[in-house]
Amino acid sequence: MVKMEVKLMANIERDEVSGTDTTGHEWDGIKELNTPLPRWWLWTFYASILFAVVWWVLYPSWPTLNTYWKGTLAYSSRVDLANDLTARDNEPQRAARVKKIASMPIAAISEDKDLREFAAAGGRVIFADNCAPCHGSQGSGAPGYPVLADDDWLWGGSLEAIETTIRYGIRSTHDDTRVSEMPVFGTDYLSKTQIADVTEYVLSLTNKSKDSSAAMRGAEVFAGDCAACHGEKAEGGRDFGAPKLSDGIWLHGDSREAIIAQVTKPKHGVMPTWQGRLDDVAIKEVAVYVHSLGGGE
Amino acid sequence: MSSASLANTASSGTPEYYDDLIKKFVIASAFWGLAGFLAGDLIAWQLAFPVLNMDLEWTTFGRLRPLHTSAVIFAFGGNILLGSSFYVVQRTCRASLFGGNGLGSFIFWGYQLFIVLAATGYLLGITQGKEYAEPEWYVDLWITVVWVAYLIAFGGTIVRRKEPHIYVANWFYLAFIITIAVLHLGNNASVPTVLFGGEMTKSYIVWAGVQDAMTQWWYGHNAVGFFLTAGFLGMMYYFVPKQAERPVYSYRLSVIHFWALTFLYIWAGPHHLHYTALPDWVQTLGMTFSVMLWMPSWGGMINGVMTLSGAWHKLRTDPVLRFMVASVGFYGMSTFEGPLMSIKAVNSLSHYTDWTIGHVHAGALGWNALVSFGVLYFLVPKLWNRERLYSLRLVNTHFWISTIGIVLYISSMWVSGIMQGLMWRTYDQLGFLQYSFIETVEAMHPYYIIRATGGLLFVLGAVLMIYNLWRTARGDLRNEAPIGLDSQAAAAAE
Repeated sequence: MVKMEVKLMANIERDEVSGTDTTGHEWDGIKELNTPLPRWWLWTFYASILFAVVWWVLYPSWPTLNTYWKGTLAYSSRVDLANDLTARDNEPQRAARVKKIASMPIAAISEDKDLREFAAAGGRVIFADNCAPCHGSQGSGAPGYPVLADDDWLWGGSLEAIETTIRYGIRSTHDDTRVSEMPVFGTDYLSKTQIADVTEYVLSLTNKSKDSSAAMRGAEVFAGDCAACHGEKAEGGRDFGAPKLSDGIWLHGDSREAIIAQVTKPKHGVMPTWQGRLDDVAIKEVAVYVHSLGGGE
Repeated sequence: MSSASLANTASSGTPEYYDDLIKKFVIASAFWGLAGFLAGDLIAWQLAFPVLNMDLEWTTFGRLRPLHTSAVIFAFGGNILLGSSFYVVQRTCRASLFGGNGLGSFIFWGYQLFIVLAATGYLLGITQGKEYAEPEWYVDLWITVVWVAYLIAFGGTIVRRKEPHIYVANWFYLAFIITIAVLHLGNNASVPTVLFGGEMTKSYIVWAGVQDAMTQWWYGHNAVGFFLTAGFLGMMYYFVPKQAERPVYSYRLSVIHFWALTFLYIWAGPHHLHYTALPDWVQTLGMTFSVMLWMPSWGGMINGVMTLSGAWHKLRTDPVLRFMVASVGFYGMSTFEGPLMSIKAVNSLSHYTDWTIGHVHAGALGWNALVSFGVLYFLVPKLWNRERLYSLRLVNTHFWISTIGIVLYISSMWVSGIMQGLMWRTYDQLGFLQYSFIETVEAMHPYYIIRATGGLLFVLGAVLMIYNLWRTARGDLRNEAPIGLDSQAAAAAE
């Protein structure tokens, strides 16, 4: 051992570039300088340790056997968050508006200009995060998902009707959900010819029929099998969520094939219940916002 | 043949180094690297243009993302770590590899099998759902066997060393091997459902709730710390002084920063779980240990960069050294950014945003990949016994293409991430959030395109490298003017 040290000592060289000694070790031609720790490095390291120690004193840090050091500031991120939320909710103007929205019926909210604007501003971002994925940005709709920015409503476009739809959903899991079901005409009630005829009739309502005699035959089918829900003049039936068929607005497509498919084996959209996911005030805010998109009644 | 060469080496006092084994690791690293970069750039384009998910379950972002991360970390990074460690440990110990070709080949092919099992599992939807630890229990068991073999081969070589001291590169490699083993075992403790009549390819982790989250990020952060930092510092400590032909700047710094890094890194994981269900006291410890980690990390940067003192002029003519030095620069940058982002106030803005992605890639592309490229350029002429690389000018082109790619990547993610974080927390005058989530996604779209373009440049650079390495291995030499001479000198040289 002593011999080795002597041998290594003997290998120490002075590096010409830096003027520093090597350690005397060498591995595959690699030597090491014995440069001391850079002072700035060492002091910055000490400073970061000091920072940590101060932080440990101030904040919750080291665990003990059955608890932990709470810190002299008694900080807690849960309490911090709760304080932030309380501060927001207790801001006088906001608190007053929220209180009114919670207690007032939706029609009254809409009549108060200040409350209406407040609710629509809140509803806008709630809609964008929760509703836009299906109904599109600003209620622009998508195939199978109704446009909310026009005046064509399946279940009603009044503030109360919109609020009810949001709260309970359509064909949702809620007991009070809006629900209706168009029969599967293709297997149960109508022949293929009858379906083709009634499709022709429905197309004729918007002047898109190319076969007037088929449309004439279809009118009879419509009166017998469809008018009960969709109305004698195909004006729609909001009690059943039955779409108006005479306005050229189509939920599942406007082609002859799409209409035949819908009569033969109808698609039924589902909208979830938002009760429980959004609180009462948020539901009212979204309803006011949707009502304001252009088609509110 | 082999007995003759053994006799030769025995008489000259140099042991036989198992370099054919290292060739395999070099080829595997280059191959998986390109595959991993391609997967990464594809998913970057997917984020900008979702139609590129192709509406197939196997090609969706959710399955390709772990494919990308595992390919670049464990396949590209892992192969260069294993290969370079075998190269370094034999030479710095003046000892041939413990276990020889038999054990070495088992480790090589065993590791490749691990990669293939993991990758095909991701595509088929087989995953534990733990980031960077996605492979299921049977893959975990297999890699454990391979890893123990690796520890035996590496450790055995150190034990039979002919040098009195263990070189610093080997400390880092050993810390990497041992710590990764501990992390892997802790984080993957799970019960396969097949034991109870369930599926073969499914297991449940034994940790639950916030304890599982903490174990996951204890693992995840130290995969960064010991796989991507300690292991790669091992590479740096051998190849930078070799390529610069200068002594290591400070032995003392290497001792102190090694132990400080090893001791402090293991505590830093909780900073991945700021403002979550993780208890406050754990968050404090995670943050403060991350801050204390700043200087120990920078010790490696100082030793890397300062080793060039007296050799700075070589950067003008040696693009391979340029790769290594730039990598150490990116290492310094990201190991400053990391502690900064671990501070809770900063983290409340940066967490869950693209800033994190930019930070990771500053380290992964700038540090891990650039230093690996440098090492590949160093190793191929040596291992294939070539006079020099096929083309240094191509290395230079690769350097600039990849550096520009990295800058595009990092800066676009900084802008996008900070913007995203600010949009999430912006309130209007009535106290409502100003932006919906989808509006933040729309705002990030242009930056996603810039990022994917940067990634594409990085992929192109890797293609150039593979071409260059392939021509080098074949023994071709490109007839070209040397780099760094002014135009007159270059003309004179021709």
